[in-house]
Amino acid sequence: MNTASVSLGASVSSQSRFMQLALAALLGTFIIGFVGFSHIDAVHNAGHDNRHSMAFPCH
Amino acid sequence: MNLFRNVVFIAAIAGLVAGVVLACMQAYATVPLILKAEVYEQAEGGHNHDHAAAPAAPADAASGNAMSSAAPAASNAMTPAPAAAAAPEEDEGWAPADGFERFAFNVVSNVVTGIGFALILVAVSEFAGGIGNWRQGVFWGLAGFAIFTLAPGLGLPPELPAMPAADLTQRQIWWLATVVATAIGLGLIAFRKSLPLAILAVLLIVAPHIVGAPQPDSFETPIPEGLHHQFVVAVTLTNLVFWLVLGAVVGVVRGRFTGTATSLRDSFA
Repeated sequence: MNTASVSLGASVSSQSRFMQLALAALLGTFIIGFVGFSHIDAVHNAGHDNRHSMAFPCH
Repeated sequence: MNLFRNVVFIAAIAGLVAGVVLACMQAYATVPLILKAEVYEQAEGGHNHDHAAAPAAPADAASGNAMSSAAPAASNAMTPAPAAAAAPEEDEGWAPADGFERFAFNVVSNVVTGIGFALILVAVSEFAGGIGNWRQGVFWGLAGFAIFTLAPGLGLPPELPAMPAADLTQRQIWWLATVVATAIGLGLIAFRKSLPLAILAVLLIVAPHIVGAPQPDSFETPIPEGLHHQFVVAVTLTNLVFWLVLGAVVGVVRGRFTGTATSLRDSFA
């Protein structure tokens, strides 16, 4: 666990910091893409109500 | 990968909490409306995914196969080939059974969606100094709501089953472009103290709506207007609460992580 540092993982270099944050954002984008935008029928049906309720383009 | 691990940890907690909250709200506010719409959909002739090919739909439904070779090339293009081959009897393959199974899958997909949005929220906010407390989180949540719900929802309002819509891929492209343009626009306004950039930001936010979202050929639908309006309100409000909870939980959890909380003004500097 981090001790009292202002930002998360403050000790890392700025380049490594950028890469790790970019990687996290990319992972999030990938997850949203899979759950909300996949054209696979089974994935669509499993998340059907969620897709409609999140107003993702659906059907 | 210390930072990456922390971001994932915070996003997982925030996504779990906000996803469960959203699923519970949906169970009362949006899912009953979807179920009502499905009654109209079934009365119209089965669950049909080829809304872009509306004229061909009745014939396809009559033959019991929405993927029939009579469907236009456009609708074939958006149907994955293996699914079309594997579903000669069933229209759309496996789906969770109504009732608890459907609710459970909805909770899971809400939590997964929540974690996905939380990852983006935490990562982007770290670039801007991080979300220091629940109040900052609420403001970040408002931004997320504007970017991911309001802006795309103007051109592509939340739709119920059996509502006409343009080609799926085109709508997804417009949705994504609108989200990116709105996010950059809001970012420029919030983090750059420059009038020309603020003007550029407004242009970026407005541009997708001047281009216009892909619209269906015909707006004819068996869904009553009142039901759809109710659904749009329910989706918008549930998503607002979702984003506020998501941002606030990120602020609380991150605050416990770092033990410090910078002021909102400082983080916007």
